[in-house]
Amino acid sequence: MDTFFHQLDLVLPRFWSGVWLTVEATLLGGALAFVLSFVLGLMLRSETLVLRGLARFVVEFFRGTSIFVQLFFLFYALPGLGFQLAPLFCGVLAFGLNYGAYGAEIVRGSINSIPAPQWEAGVALNMTAGQRMRRVILPQAWARMIPQFTNLLIQLLKDTPLLSLILMADVTYVMQQVRQASGNSIAAYGLVLLVYLVLAYLLTLIMNLLEMQAKAKLGEGRGVRGLFTARTAPGGAGSPGGEGVVGP
Amino acid sequence: MATEPANPEADASATAPSAACIKFDQVVKRFGSNTVLDHLDFSVDRGERVTLIGPSGSGKTTILRLLMTLEKVNDGVIWVDDEPFSHMRTPGGQLRPANEKHLSAIRRKIGMVFQQFNLFPNMRVLQNITEAPIHVLGQDRAKAEARARELLEMVGLGDRADAHPSQLSGGQQQRVAIARALAMDPEILLLDEVTSALDPELVADVLNVLRDVARETDITMLIVTHEMQFARDVSHRVLMFDHGRIVESGPPDQIFGNPTEERTQRFLRAVLEER
Ligand SMILES: Nc1ncnc2c1ncn2[C@@H]1O[C@H](COP(=O)(O)OP(=O)(O)OP(=O)(O)O)[C@@H](O)[C@H]1O
Ligand SMILES: [Mg+2]
Repeated sequence: MDTFFHQLDLVLPRFWSGVWLTVEATLLGGALAFVLSFVLGLMLRSETLVLRGLARFVVEFFRGTSIFVQLFFLFYALPGLGFQLAPLFCGVLAFGLNYGAYGAEIVRGSINSIPAPQWEAGVALNMTAGQRMRRVILPQAWARMIPQFTNLLIQLLKDTPLLSLILMADVTYVMQQVRQASGNSIAAYGLVLLVYLVLAYLLTLIMNLLEMQAKAKLGEGRGVRGLFTARTAPGGAGSPGGEGVVGP
Repeated sequence: MATEPANPEADASATAPSAACIKFDQVVKRFGSNTVLDHLDFSVDRGERVTLIGPSGSGKTTILRLLMTLEKVNDGVIWVDDEPFSHMRTPGGQLRPANEKHLSAIRRKIGMVFQQFNLFPNMRVLQNITEAPIHVLGQDRAKAEARARELLEMVGLGDRADAHPSQLSGGQQQRVAIARALAMDPEILLLDEVTSALDPELVADVLNVLRDVARETDITMLIVTHEMQFARDVSHRVLMFDHGRIVESGPPDQIFGNPTEERTQRFLRAVLEER
């Protein structure tokens, strides 16, 4: 055990930079995936065949080819074609495109799950198609997307060790080196597990707060502010449960 | 829209058909092989309140949805204020299928209240009412909110402006939906069984609001309802439908008190027995 802490102490700066890389790749990849989810998801619903077809192709391509191979391709094959990409850029691109492809289906499915009468009420009020989407449908669909996005984000986090394939020292990679040097597998891998658990929990927590806020806008639950106010304040008639539930 | 009117030139060269506010001219509507409206003709005058009755599946909702541009006709022409509705005039006087801009100009005149209310759950009551006046009509917020509060007062919900729709009873939601439709100052109001989804004790409040609207405005109303007393009170004329055709039409006293058609008599007996 002593060797372990000694080794850990030696690599501590690299440990933290590994944790940071994991966080960075998760957040940047997640941000790109988020944007692509909406772009591709809305394109999947387009009435224009070309847009729909293009989105469908992109989605099927990135869902159907492994992220593992895509990383290799971006990092090792593209330079052969004259494009040398920074490793982090490759990672973020691969994660963003992959999870964006899955996210697109979430966006599409959530929008489709809003009942047609909501669109029709918008028509009856003479709203434009864009207004109906932005002001009526998306805010409702958003509340349904968040828990599904949470799952994707956690999966993305757990995919970040793949970065070591393109020569990046994420937290898993650093701890592998600690294990080799100290010989203490239990401590090394135990610590990595703990890091992922904490990160996943934090992400879930943030996403759950977002979900509570989105639901509060729909009159469901008491919202984020409800967490900090006394329970005795009634949330109004007919506000169903769901309040105060944070955590996985 | 793929369909053309039966005879475009003839339709276009005809002068304004009448003083009718709404006119169905040989309207055909099919769903697949099911012909729901078969060359339907009828018209409604400005300010007139007309109730549509008839058995389930006779096409009443379809008529309202066609007017609200939620469905498209397969043949024939609908006129609103002497403007062809599903089609528009080119400068040369021809009729061609309507584009979105034309449809929007027609919709501007029409409001609809649905059986299931269809309030926007992501907006509080006040915003449900002000949303379209602000973002569609371009009213300023203060004016739209003042008007919304007036309307809420009128429907008896002056104190619920900040509630979420989900915190209201069905009857309250429906009254908000009525206020929301009225906030757009429609010339024509379509009401599709607006009390059918409500518990019996909530029906009266909604109908009383509509009685007020009928009394205090000159909005043209097309009403589908099974509330026969209400229909009697507010409508100038009742149309009895069966299989997408008008079986009988006349003032409410005649249709409800002394119907001549056997089909109408049978329908009214069935409705009475349901109660
Ligand atoms: N979107 C649709 N797709 C297919 N068929 C439809 C559709 N909407 C209506 N129909 C059919 O059209 C016919 C008329 O329906 P409609 O809803 O207009 O009747 P209704 O008179 O309003 O009946 P109810 O009293 O039950 O509301 C029915 O046979 C119905 O099945
Ligand atoms: Mg109906």
